[in-house]
Amino acid sequence: MNNLPISFWRSVIIIVLIALTTLATRAIPFILFPEGKKIPKAVEYLGKVLPPAVIGMLVVYCFKSVSFISSPFGLPELIAGLAVVLLHIWKRNNLLSIGVGTVLYMVLVQTVFA
Amino acid sequence: MTGYLFIGIAFGVMFADKGYNFLWAGLMSLLVYAGSGQYLAVNFFDPSVSLLQVVFLTFMVNVRHIFYGLSLLDKFKVSGKKKPYMIFSLTDETYSLYFLTKTPENIDEGKFLFALSILDQSYWVIGSMIGGIAGTLIPFDSTGIDFAMTALFIVIFVEQWLEKKNRFPAIVGVVASVISLLFFGKDSFILPSMIIIMIVLLSSHRIEESKRKREGGNNE
Repeated sequence: MNNLPISFWRSVIIIVLIALTTLATRAIPFILFPEGKKIPKAVEYLGKVLPPAVIGMLVVYCFKSVSFISSPFGLPELIAGLAVVLLHIWKRNNLLSIGVGTVLYMVLVQTVFA
Repeated sequence: MTGYLFIGIAFGVMFADKGYNFLWAGLMSLLVYAGSGQYLAVNFFDPSVSLLQVVFLTFMVNVRHIFYGLSLLDKFKVSGKKKPYMIFSLTDETYSLYFLTKTPENIDEGKFLFALSILDQSYWVIGSMIGGIAGTLIPFDSTGIDFAMTALFIVIFVEQWLEKKNRFPAIVGVVASVISLLFFGKDSFILPSMIIIMIVLLSSHRIEESKRKREGGNNE
């Protein structure tokens, strides 16, 4: 415990701050639209179409640090990502797709593209 | 959910690298419980980072949770006493599981979703502790293990894509994010993406509605 990069209590404070900030982002909609208050039509519509849009955004988010203009041109990500897509369309097994994709990616970045 | 075990382990290994043992990893996963948020947070444990920066960066990386809440307002209505925990545990993974898993018939949906949330966080806490222990004891190259999170989102994306009505919003999500990534850079593109996504979806909805009205509009 004595080789922490910053003090014990500062570490605890940081964790609590992160916890509270994260909780705030999750609670805001429920505070704005408490039960019993009528949800506006537009918000209701957003609730239906946002899930697929957000997942699309998250996929982009995961690739945000990948450089496609310098070596290895995002190849490990593209290969492993494509493997996940194909495997999933073929077998429709969440665990298999995620497991194989992750192991393939680890092998690629640790050996082929190391 | 096993996706969470993987990325939990990855988090534990990374945190152990910083000098924080498995108890710290477990504590953080218990109190914070956020995938990408905790990955980012590993960098906060450094004398050069101010507390204000911690709050700001955490908010930015987690601001997408506001979307999740908006689309679950209805679903959570029935959850009663379980609701505070369900709001706290609204992570990317749990959120997407809500749409991936169908509540079995003759089981109360509130109970089912609650069990799902608890199980999901257990995987996350246990995973990060395993990672913390492994990171301190076994010299093991975990490079790339965080791809589990990417793989998870790709799987959900494919699942949603197979349903036709989801395709338009899915395309809007991807295109808006890529455009704002190019304009605003990787550290600050999430908020602009969210705004573009909302504007595009809402205005296309309005256009469609007025078109329907003009056509005589009793296909509601």
